[in-house]
Amino acid sequence: MIRIVWRRFRENPLSVTGLIIILILATVALFAPLIAPYGPATINVYNVLSPPDSAHPFGTDDLGRDVLSRVIWGSRISLSVGFIAIGIAITIGTVIGAVAGFYGGIVDAVLMRFVDIMLSIPTFFLMLAAIAVLEPSINIIMIVIGLTGWMDVARLVRAEFLTLKERDFVLAARAIGANDSRIIFRHIIPNALSPVFVAATFGIAGAILTESAFSFLGLGVQPPQASWGNILTSGKDYITVAWWLSLFPGFAILITVLSYNLVGEGLRDSLDPRLWQNEK
Amino acid sequence: MSLYILKRLASMIPLIFGITLISFLIIHLAPGGPVEVEAQMSLKASAQARENLKRLYGLDKPLHVQYREWLKRFVKLDFGTSFVDGKKVTDKIRERIPVTLKINILSLFLIIIIAIPLGVLSAVKQYSLFDKLTTLFVFLGFSTPAFWLALIMMFLFGVSLGLLPISGIQSIDVAGMTFFERVMDQARHLILPVLLSAFGGIAGFSRYSRSSMLEVVRQDYIRTARAKGLKESEVIITHALRNALMPIVTILGLAVPGLIGGSVIFESIFAIPGIGQLGWMSTMSRDYPTIMGILVISAILTLIGNLIADISYAFVDPRIRVKE
Repeated sequence: MIRIVWRRFRENPLSVTGLIIILILATVALFAPLIAPYGPATINVYNVLSPPDSAHPFGTDDLGRDVLSRVIWGSRISLSVGFIAIGIAITIGTVIGAVAGFYGGIVDAVLMRFVDIMLSIPTFFLMLAAIAVLEPSINIIMIVIGLTGWMDVARLVRAEFLTLKERDFVLAARAIGANDSRIIFRHIIPNALSPVFVAATFGIAGAILTESAFSFLGLGVQPPQASWGNILTSGKDYITVAWWLSLFPGFAILITVLSYNLVGEGLRDSLDPRLWQNEK
Repeated sequence: MSLYILKRLASMIPLIFGITLISFLIIHLAPGGPVEVEAQMSLKASAQARENLKRLYGLDKPLHVQYREWLKRFVKLDFGTSFVDGKKVTDKIRERIPVTLKINILSLFLIIIIAIPLGVLSAVKQYSLFDKLTTLFVFLGFSTPAFWLALIMMFLFGVSLGLLPISGIQSIDVAGMTFFERVMDQARHLILPVLLSAFGGIAGFSRYSRSSMLEVVRQDYIRTARAKGLKESEVIITHALRNALMPIVTILGLAVPGLIGGSVIFESIFAIPGIGQLGWMSTMSRDYPTIMGILVISAILTLIGNLIADISYAFVDPRIRVKE
C-alpha cells in the first residue's frame, strides 16, 4: 500500500517540492549549530540594526545579533513545537474519537458533547486564559496548542470507527476472542490512520502558525531563545527602520507552513483509495 | 419553525454548562490556586487585592460551593474588578466590544462578497487557469502568518508610501473634523485591519464554496436543468448556486470564534482599543478577572453566532425544519 501511495504522491510536483523543503528544513534544524554562521545569542553592540550585507545576509537585530543565525536556530523551536503539539493533539483526539465511535450510545453522546463545548470556546481566548494562569514558556505553548487542537481529529477518528467497527474483520477478531482494547488498538486504529496522517500534516502547519503568533505577542517562546515569532516582535518595534527584521523570519514561517500544507494536500489525494482506480 | 428554534435553544444549555465548567477549571489550573499566582506574579496584588480575589472566587469554601458561586456570577455576568485599574470587568469589556464587532462584521462582509464568487467561479471553471490561480491564492492564504502580513502592509502603506495610518482607530484631531472627514478618517484607519482579518477567511471560504459548488453541479437536478435546455448561466445561478450556498451559511457561523480570536493579533498590532487588545494586555499583566470575563463573553458570542447561522440555515433549507 505504501508503494501505491508513494507512486500517487510522486505525481504531484507541488507536494514533492513541499516534501523536499520539509526535509531540508529538518536537516537545517538538526544541524543548526554547524550551519548557523554566528551564535543565536551572540550580541554585538557595535553592529546593531545593520541592513543585510555579505557578513550578515539577513542583517542584524537591535542587539547586533545575526538574524540569519537566529532564523536557523528558530527553525528548531518552530519544528519541535509543531511536532510535539500535534503529537499531543493526535493522541487525545484518537483516543477520544476511538472510544466514542467504538462504544457509541451514552459514551459517544457525552464525549461528542465535550467536543462541541471545546469547539464553542474561541481557541485563541482559551489559550490566552491558560497562558495567563501558567506563565508563558515554550513548554506551555506546546501543551496548550495540543490541548486545544484535538477536536477535529476526534471527529475524524470517530467517523472512521463508526464504519470500521461494523466490518467483518472486527467480527473475526471478536470471534477469536480479542478484547475491546485489542480490537480498538490493533485492529481498527491501524485502519483508521490515513485521515489522521493528513490531519496531522495540516495540523503541524497550523501549530507552527499559532506558535509564531503567540511568540510574536510575547506569550509563547520567551527571549533570548530565538523563535520565528519573537524575532518578528522586534521586527514590529523597528518596523520604521529595519525591514529585514520582519521580512526574513516571516518568510521562513510562510515557506515552512506552505510546505506542510502542500504535503498534506498530496497525502490526502494519494491516501484516498477511492481515487486509486486501476492501480494495484 | 418556532419548534426548531426552541429545540436549538435547548441544545445550547449543555454547551453553556460546559463552558462554565471549563472556565472554572482554568481558574484552578494554577499551582496553588489563583490567589498564589497573583501574589507571585502581579505587583498589583497587594494583601487587600488578595483578599478581594479570595472573596471573588470564594476560594476559602469547598469546591462544589465555589463552582455554585461561579455559576451564579456567570449568570449575572459578574466577573469582579480588574487588577490593573480596579474598573468593573463587565464595563471594560462593554466599552471595547463595539469596535471589535465593527471590524469583524466588516471583514465578514468582505469575506462573503469576495470568497463566494471566487469559489463558485473556480468550481464552474474547474481546472481552468482561473481555478489554478485561485487554488494557489488559497494555499498562500492558509500559509501566510497574518501578523507578518500585517507588518509588511504596515511597512509598505504606512512607512514607505506614507498612505495610511499604522495605529489607532482615529486621528488625534478628529474633534475638529466635519462628518464626512470623520468617516474618511475612520475608513483610512480601518482599511488595513479589516482587509487583513478578512484575508485568511477569504482563502478558507472560497475553498468551501468551491467544493460545495462542485458537489452540487454533479447532482441529477442540474443534469435535468441542462437537459430541458436551460442556458448555462441560468443553470448555475438559479439552480446550482442556491443549493451550494446553503451549507456555507453554517460554516460562516463556525468562523466567528476564529474571527474574534484573530482580533487579538490585529488589535495588538494596530493598537485598536477592542476586546482582542484587552485580552492580550490582560494576559500580559495577568489580569485574571478580565481574562476570565473575556473568555466567557467570547464563548457566548460564539454560541450566538452559531445559533444565528443554524436558524438561517433552517430558514433557507426547508428540509431541516420539516425533519425536526
